[in-house]
Amino acid sequence: MAEFFVDRLSLSAPVGYTLAALIQCVLIVALIGVAALLFIWMERKISGRIQDRWGPNRVGGKFGWFQTLADGMKLLTKEDLAPKDAQVILFRLAPYVSFAASFSAYLALPFADGWVIAPMTMGLFFILAVLGLEVFGVILGGYASGSKWSLFGAIRQAAQVVSYEVPLAMCAVVPVFLCGTMDLVAIGEKQAGLFTNWLVFHDPFTFVIFWVYFTCTVASVNRSPFDLPEAESELVAGFLTEYSGLRWSFFFMAEYSSMLLVSGLAAILFFGGWNGPLPIFHCIGWAYQQSETTWRLTGYLANLAGCVNFLAKAVLGVTVMMWVRWTLPRLRIDQVITVCLKYCVPLAAICFVGALMWQTLAWPSPNDLVPVTPAGKAGVREQWVLQQAKNAGRENLVGVSGPATDMPVTDIVVRPLEQEGGEG
Amino acid sequence: MWQTIMTQHQDWFRRLTERFGRGITGSSLEAVDPWIELAPDVLVEVCRFLRDDAEMRFNVLNLVSGVDYLQIDPKKAAKTDWEPHIEVVYHLSSIKKRHSLTLKVVLPRWKDDQEGQLPEVPSVVAIWPTANWHEREVYDLMGIRFVGHPGLHRILLPEDWDGYPLRKDYEMPSEYHGIRA
Amino acid sequence: MTTADDSRILEFDVRTEEMLINMGPQHPSTHGVLRVVLRTDGEIVFRAEPQIGYLHRCAEKIGENLSPRQWVPYTDRLDYLAGMNMNLGWALAVEKLLGLEVSEKVGHIRVLVAELGRIASHLVAMGTYGLDLGSFTPFLYAFREREKILNLFEDVCGARLTYSYMLPGGVMADLPPGWLEKCEQFLTELEPVIADYHALLTSNQIFIKRTAAIGVLSAEDAIGYGCSGPVLRGSGVDFDLRRDGELYCTRMYQGYTYQVIVRKDGHYPKDHDYPPVPPEAVIGDCWHRFYVRMLEVVQSIDLVRQGIERYRQAPGDCGVPVKMTQRLPKGEIYLETEAPKGQMGFHLISDGSAIPWRVRIRSSSFCNLSIVPILCQNCLIADVPAVIGSLDVVLGEIDR
Repeated sequence: MAEFFVDRLSLSAPVGYTLAALIQCVLIVALIGVAALLFIWMERKISGRIQDRWGPNRVGGKFGWFQTLADGMKLLTKEDLAPKDAQVILFRLAPYVSFAASFSAYLALPFADGWVIAPMTMGLFFILAVLGLEVFGVILGGYASGSKWSLFGAIRQAAQVVSYEVPLAMCAVVPVFLCGTMDLVAIGEKQAGLFTNWLVFHDPFTFVIFWVYFTCTVASVNRSPFDLPEAESELVAGFLTEYSGLRWSFFFMAEYSSMLLVSGLAAILFFGGWNGPLPIFHCIGWAYQQSETTWRLTGYLANLAGCVNFLAKAVLGVTVMMWVRWTLPRLRIDQVITVCLKYCVPLAAICFVGALMWQTLAWPSPNDLVPVTPAGKAGVREQWVLQQAKNAGRENLVGVSGPATDMPVTDIVVRPLEQEGGEG
Repeated sequence: MWQTIMTQHQDWFRRLTERFGRGITGSSLEAVDPWIELAPDVLVEVCRFLRDDAEMRFNVLNLVSGVDYLQIDPKKAAKTDWEPHIEVVYHLSSIKKRHSLTLKVVLPRWKDDQEGQLPEVPSVVAIWPTANWHEREVYDLMGIRFVGHPGLHRILLPEDWDGYPLRKDYEMPSEYHGIRA
Repeated sequence: MTTADDSRILEFDVRTEEMLINMGPQHPSTHGVLRVVLRTDGEIVFRAEPQIGYLHRCAEKIGENLSPRQWVPYTDRLDYLAGMNMNLGWALAVEKLLGLEVSEKVGHIRVLVAELGRIASHLVAMGTYGLDLGSFTPFLYAFREREKILNLFEDVCGARLTYSYMLPGGVMADLPPGWLEKCEQFLTELEPVIADYHALLTSNQIFIKRTAAIGVLSAEDAIGYGCSGPVLRGSGVDFDLRRDGELYCTRMYQGYTYQVIVRKDGHYPKDHDYPPVPPEAVIGDCWHRFYVRMLEVVQSIDLVRQGIERYRQAPGDCGVPVKMTQRLPKGEIYLETEAPKGQMGFHLISDGSAIPWRVRIRSSSFCNLSIVPILCQNCLIADVPAVIGSLDVVLGEIDR
């Protein structure tokens, strides 16, 4: 987008980049904010269904669409309280840390073929790293609250998230090895074609490892049965005990956006990302061809459909998390850690070795049924200007570090712009 | 059936009097719930005997209650046939034998008749642990000191509450820590 | 204090301090206004000391100033989740003092309603136990069914929580026409739903992990601490006042066939196809207490069915409740009945006037709660709600 501003509208580079960043910022905050609202509504409806009741059905029509919005308004009007014993600055800061961490991770999440805010060859690494920062907000909030329950929540969160990072990373790294890249766009591209090409069907080990991944993500975003940091029957509300009003809702938004994020990541890593089960758009020739670098409407529409596809998968993942939450009791802290260290880690390790063996020994895999040559140039099309920039020999001016090579996406300097978005 | 129960109670009473002599101060075996009255100083031994005796096996202490016998209405007081006193009533039963018994201990309303000095009775916590909370409650509401209780402090009312509400001459304080009661 | 001469430094890298935590009185999982003071080291609880009295409403003192008939509404508010059973206990106690005998029909009405009350109480116990363990859904399923029981009660006496239906000497009114059919329909609706509860809780692996071998209460402790009801039977003590109680309590159950729900010779009475006892569970643990309650629901359904049949054929009227000014004979009685939460006792002393000299309440939850310090030694914080929930205490009854 920045290239578009700079090249087509002849804005100066700083202005163009800032403008592009702001637009993307607003887009992502709006999208995720709305998604979080929607998920809260969805959770209520789903829990209502599961529990044999209606859920919201008054505000905003028959289905209570605006219930969350109304609640948000209520939360806005609440007094912004900080307890007497709280470390006020840290206490006030904590929700933003969580929120910003959770939202920044979207920087590297592709929504469709090449639709990603900051294309990175290290996308997966970035997401996992930034997502891990969310825990700081929780620890900070729990510690600064000056309440013992909050402190318990924070310590539990620290123990839990730190333990679950290990198997989570081990699971996420399997698709990386299978595809040979950390670029999420490229990983998604590799799974194009029939649904048999999805990595979850690569071999039995990847199938198992998806479930390990799912368990670990549920734990790392504090959803039941791993919602110990909140554990309202034990710790009142855990780290949230002393929070009220908008700050409380920031934690909430962070939780729901993290849920979407990890589900989206699961969709990309294991379920073909934006590739549908049947390659319809490839068959009717709308989807971009491999060598194409120019923009066209049909290609855009194909990408849009891919985006819907991707979101559908991610939302499905979130739905399953909700379903789990309203079905299972909560584990105890020692059991949570046991699940991680005694089951998830060994299982992930075995599957990791198994999946790599399968790949190395080239054992038959469903992925070979209808092979598709990876498009490989995925990121380029939405950054078609890069090509022009390269032609014009202006790489360095537009923030491309190093000369453009055959690699689909070059390293772009990540600009920490999303943080401001969090507060808006 | 009732007849056998009656003889059963008489048998217990006979055994108790044989064993504890003067300690057994009275009984009413014809009452709906037959009771035996004890002197405070033999209470613990009697209770231990009742719990451990192979025939009786009163392994459950159902309830400890304190009863304040004080007629505050002077007209009625003239007609009552008892002196003001306090009774501690123990309801025992046996899960194995499926029978029950009531024990009573009669105490003065105040120790040595000095108002404010709580009457004393030995605690039976060592025999039935459940007595712990029951005795605390009786202490709390009736003002009876259970000697030998491991932690005799108020249970339902706040620690700094004044007086013992279930006594017949208790007067509700008008305020508590500035809160109108 | 200097740390150099502290011998513990050699043993521990990090010196830890005990932390005192107040669980309650405002806490989501203490079933009312219970306060438990926890001495903890991190997640480990060394000692849990319940502090009660936040709901003290002077019921006993009030009982000394009202006639037994007037005091009935106060019994509703003891165990407010099983008001019917509290009414029943008081009604029977007063009848015992008066030497009254009620008609057979009244007996059947009482069985019917008391067993429905037991089902309602156990459903709440089951649901809130799910909540304590972090599972929300069973709670709403339980309340859905309880709501139907409350509807039935509403038809009977007009109230949904504080019934004052069973009065000394009889019941407030006969069952309304068509009520028995409604009740039968409810039972047929409830029966299949119980399998859901078992699927969501009893046989759920996480639930078993959270409850099996947690808070193990030995039979000796259970008896010594005066525990009763499902807590006592969960520890394997075969005792149920509906069978083993005094005549006043057991009379109305005469002719009914039922078994006391207790694990005997390694198994529970087998008249159901509900989940087997998991190998991890130890007799007397939270899981068994929960399971006993679940089986008692099934048993109560059966008792209500029998009650309906017997009520239809029973002669007699629905009794004449004692008058407000009825003089009580001089004397004192003590009567315990089997309420859902355990043995509910009333100690009633009369000096010959219409107003009792003294009313004393023996509450089952009071005794059941007193074992918390024993059960919560060296457990984890998460086990404290699990243990308290499995005891199924109601603070209205504890604080009176």
